[in-house]
Amino acid sequence: MIMRDILECILFMGILAAASPFLGRFIHTVMEGDKTPLHRVLGPVEQFAYRISGIHPDREQSWRRYALSALVFSAAGFILTMAVLMFQGVLPLNPQGFSGTSWHLAFNAAASFATNTNWQSYAGETALSHFSQMVGLTYQNFVSAAVGIAACMAICRAIARNQTQVVGNFWADLVRVILYILLPLSILFAIFFISQGVVQTFLAGVDAATLEGGRQYIALGPAASQTAIKLLGTNGGGFFNANAAHPFENPTALSNFFQCLAMLLIPSSLVFTFGEIVKNRRHAWTIWCIMAAVFIFGVLAAALAEQGGTVMLAEAAGGSVPNLEGKEARFGVFGTALFATAATATSCGAVNAMHASFTPLGGLVLLFNMLLGEIIFGGAGSGLYGMILFMVLTVFIAGLMVGRTPDYLGKRIQAREVTWCMVALLIPAMLILGLSAVAAATEWGRAGLLNAGTHGFSEILYACASCAQNNGSAFAGLKADTPVWNVSLGAAMLMGRFGVMCSMMAAAGSMAARSIRPKSEYSFPVEGATFGALTLAVIFVVGALTYLPALSLGPVVECFQMTAGRVF
Amino acid sequence: MRHTRVHTYSSALYRRAIAEAFRKLNPRLLAKNPVMFVVGVGSALTTVAFIRDLAAGAPAGFSGQISLWLWFTVLFANFAEALAEGRGKAQADALRSARSEAVAFRFLDWPHSETTERVPAAALRPGDLVRVEAGGVIPADGTVERGAAAVDESAITGESAPVIRESGGDRSAVTGGTTVLSDQLMIRVTQEPGKSFLDRMIGLIEGAKRQKTPNETALNILLAGLTLIFLLVVMTLKPFGLYHGASVSIVVLAALLVCLIPTTIGGLLAAIGIAGMDRLIQRNVLAMSGRAVEAAGDVDVLLLDKTGTITLGNRMAAEFLPMPGVRKEELIKAALWASLGDETPEGRSIVALAGRLGVDLAIAPVPGDVTAIPFTAETRMSGIDWAGGQIRKGADEAVLAWSASLGHPDCGRDVRALTEPVGKSGGTPLIVASRDEGILGVIYLKDVVKEGIRARFERIRAMGIRTIMITGDNRLTAQAIAREAGVDDYLAEAKPEDKLQLILDLQKEGRLVAMSGDGTNDAPALAKSDVGLVMNTGTQAAREAGNMIDLDSDPTKLIEIVEIGKQLLITRGALTTFSLANDVAKYFAVIPALFMLAIPEMAALNIMGLSNPQSAMLSAVIFNALIIMALIPLALKGVRYRPGSTSKILRRNVLVYGVGGVVAPFAGIKAIDMILTGIGLI
Repeated sequence: MIMRDILECILFMGILAAASPFLGRFIHTVMEGDKTPLHRVLGPVEQFAYRISGIHPDREQSWRRYALSALVFSAAGFILTMAVLMFQGVLPLNPQGFSGTSWHLAFNAAASFATNTNWQSYAGETALSHFSQMVGLTYQNFVSAAVGIAACMAICRAIARNQTQVVGNFWADLVRVILYILLPLSILFAIFFISQGVVQTFLAGVDAATLEGGRQYIALGPAASQTAIKLLGTNGGGFFNANAAHPFENPTALSNFFQCLAMLLIPSSLVFTFGEIVKNRRHAWTIWCIMAAVFIFGVLAAALAEQGGTVMLAEAAGGSVPNLEGKEARFGVFGTALFATAATATSCGAVNAMHASFTPLGGLVLLFNMLLGEIIFGGAGSGLYGMILFMVLTVFIAGLMVGRTPDYLGKRIQAREVTWCMVALLIPAMLILGLSAVAAATEWGRAGLLNAGTHGFSEILYACASCAQNNGSAFAGLKADTPVWNVSLGAAMLMGRFGVMCSMMAAAGSMAARSIRPKSEYSFPVEGATFGALTLAVIFVVGALTYLPALSLGPVVECFQMTAGRVF
Repeated sequence: MRHTRVHTYSSALYRRAIAEAFRKLNPRLLAKNPVMFVVGVGSALTTVAFIRDLAAGAPAGFSGQISLWLWFTVLFANFAEALAEGRGKAQADALRSARSEAVAFRFLDWPHSETTERVPAAALRPGDLVRVEAGGVIPADGTVERGAAAVDESAITGESAPVIRESGGDRSAVTGGTTVLSDQLMIRVTQEPGKSFLDRMIGLIEGAKRQKTPNETALNILLAGLTLIFLLVVMTLKPFGLYHGASVSIVVLAALLVCLIPTTIGGLLAAIGIAGMDRLIQRNVLAMSGRAVEAAGDVDVLLLDKTGTITLGNRMAAEFLPMPGVRKEELIKAALWASLGDETPEGRSIVALAGRLGVDLAIAPVPGDVTAIPFTAETRMSGIDWAGGQIRKGADEAVLAWSASLGHPDCGRDVRALTEPVGKSGGTPLIVASRDEGILGVIYLKDVVKEGIRARFERIRAMGIRTIMITGDNRLTAQAIAREAGVDDYLAEAKPEDKLQLILDLQKEGRLVAMSGDGTNDAPALAKSDVGLVMNTGTQAAREAGNMIDLDSDPTKLIEIVEIGKQLLITRGALTTFSLANDVAKYFAVIPALFMLAIPEMAALNIMGLSNPQSAMLSAVIFNALIIMALIPLALKGVRYRPGSTSKILRRNVLVYGVGGVVAPFAGIKAIDMILTGIGLI
């Protein structure tokens, strides 16, 4: 690790720490329905949207109705996307003349976009028409992120409110998130990316004569606008198959830096929005520091692992060299490690390198980030409510030790809250471990593997974790475009997303009905280092240790094997 | 109960607990505790594997030992619960023997005739009237209809000094199973047989009707959820192992599962709850529900009656303050005479103070025939009448009005000059007036704050609990006593319904309220409060309304109850934390052991350097079983609670049980591994 990398890391976290509270407060203002400077331009649009769709923003819903609205809305988007993909051959904006996709690919892709996962079993530029990209990716990139943020806001409100049944209006929240947060930010970032050389055009692509005299088809398309929202909404589905490794999607080191920032920006800001909602800024900073600590640790560990290279490389080169296999030279080791950690810590899942080519330890960091449950900043909205799940458990376990019935921000944690939190914890564990076990033990599961042995096992585990936790990044190596993989991973995405979301809404709904216990100096402190350390401990013992056996059979043991000279 | 109390864990208790531990292996009993049920299933599976190994002639030493220790894990947990129950059971047995097969003399046709019939106590129904004579055992819970008697309640309270039970007022409740020492009582039965106080007490002590408290339920769900997750982890290890070409045996999987699920807290949770209730019983408090014990740990506000709780029950005369122009001796003499017929403690204290100041009946003989005028709520005065005059003493307005009605000049200002300082210093002024001379002066009645009460309130404050004193006195008096006793706040001029309103208001703010009471007019407030401690001397209505009964009738015991509640929660939290923290080391013991043969590089994870896979596995299982045994004393005694700031308590407990929980098994498992290989068991 060189000084430059450390400085870059500090600069990165510094910008994030400086920008997040402002954006967080802005989001709070917007979600409260209060006026912002943007309202002068967008206010009429918002009112128009309410009028034509018959939304009454002041008519608040119970958590059940709110969750049902989110489910119905997502289901409609899911069906729409699936239909568009299957019938893209007869739909407009198809200059390349692609035919409709198979039903299982359409199911997988529709599930993937509707759940903010953006797992891609296909190569975007060679399988999807512009229309499919715009509906499947661009539209869903916005709304799936908005659904996550809206659900998170409802959960935050439920915790903050005193003895109530209502947690907000889903439709109004959805409109506000898209209109005031996602759209303006996307435009800002898109313009910046265009300045860096990201393409933005409706042309099909060009045929170019290469220097060797061969012909090459160079795909083009509206990439900049889509790249902005893919990162901001922690979606991750690239316009190009190579995703952010493609020079038209992520051309420079500077664009790489800001793409990383774009991934973390909204999840990081929502922490401060939460702080505003529950009127406890110190708690928000504590959450942010927990997330930042794990994040920085991940970046440094991944960067060190890649910088250190491998024994084989060292032998071949006659000295220690960094592992640059599968990495873009314009980003270097640190730019890659930063991007990969950001994309797996948030549920973004964009990639600017081949994750399968990471050293085992580097790969372990990425896998670990996902297995934690995408809570280190995490997905837009989903990251924060995932974190709230662990904080509720922390308060419940450790809170007893101060001799009071545990309460989180004044809300007593009792059987109902614990039940739903455990359900939210069980669902991803069941999906990841269950699906990995079936895949590892059956022929169809192993058939798609590129590598044998422990590395192959990592590929399975990575795919299942990536889908169930709605990350969407691929370790690569696993050929997942088969009916069984497509359907099972698609189902995992749907259950992982909406199962956890609804469980957390149920837990929050129960908390909303409880009376707030006034805060005193004898309340369980949810601010400061002790709480931070405790939460980290619970995340690791309850969240991470669950996957230790599986991890030890994958990347951990692969690392030891590699040191001993065994490769796959 | 004090004399029948089981003080120490005698060997009989241990023997009984061991037998119970085996009886609790019954799957239906085991199923109540999901964690231990899973361990039980694991034990059965490994036993089957062991028998199969034996039958096949394969080496069965390993599966045999694992199976043995898994059974021990279940037995140790059962033993902890049985031991916690044991003390209560022994006490309940003692109470049962006190519940003699009493006979009752039931009035046949009251009030038309006094004839009674002899019926067994079990035949009594609510509403029946019975007669109990000196030496007789009261056959059922009831209310005294007629008569007054000294009753020996030691069978229930353990207090050997008899108490007075009389009809009317707040001392009318009698408890079945207690003995009338003198006189006779007519009692109206208020309880069905089998639902009497004594029966409920036996049930509570025995833990027969023990319901899980809200927090215990939530903790059980957490533990069940974790057990499910770990079940998933272990079940998927089989296919994961197959992928790597490693076949993992059922014995090993069962061992791993038991190591990972939170057996320490799962095994001790019930014992912690029972022991918490038992600690209350040791202090002569009966909790009607576990919920109340838990709420006690959570209490934010303590409402305390001034009289009897903060101050000694009675006000004492402290000073005589004559009006300007009245000789002090004159006032003392009038006060003394006015108090002659006054048998209240206040009246007697006036006589005593007068005596101390040198004025007694020898010096001031009573003039001729006197008629004592008793205090009534309407006149709010008492005094004497005799041929040559009248003397009255009482509340200021009442006496002022009486004096004015006799044509004496209004001297309200002078009176107020005397009474105000009295009120400000927490006293009660009593005005003395005579028919002929009008207002003579003021008797300063002082509330005596109980000794040591201030220190107790400081301890309560350190726990983060606000104390509010409830009193019928005026604001000035209340303020002065509040300051002297060191309570945080007071509610002056309080009527019974004000107390109820205060509780409702506090609860609306999200606070938990504890109070103590004994009178019937306390009943609504007791019923609404989160912790309502009723004095055993209280009325039947109050005893029905509260959720805890103090057999010693000591209102300040609320403080100890709060501490016990907190201790209960802390013990649960500490052992849960310890249990979960243990998993870190167990993973490092078991995971490498599982796959070391198939994947030799796994050895790098064997950071404890355990000698071989089988020994590693067995050491983890043995540690897991022994730690339950080792923590039984802590579970029964409870983690010590010292009042202090929350973050300090948290840091200390996290350090001991969290960090300690991570470190201890590393050392323990390594030590067991060394012993196992040392004596060649593996």
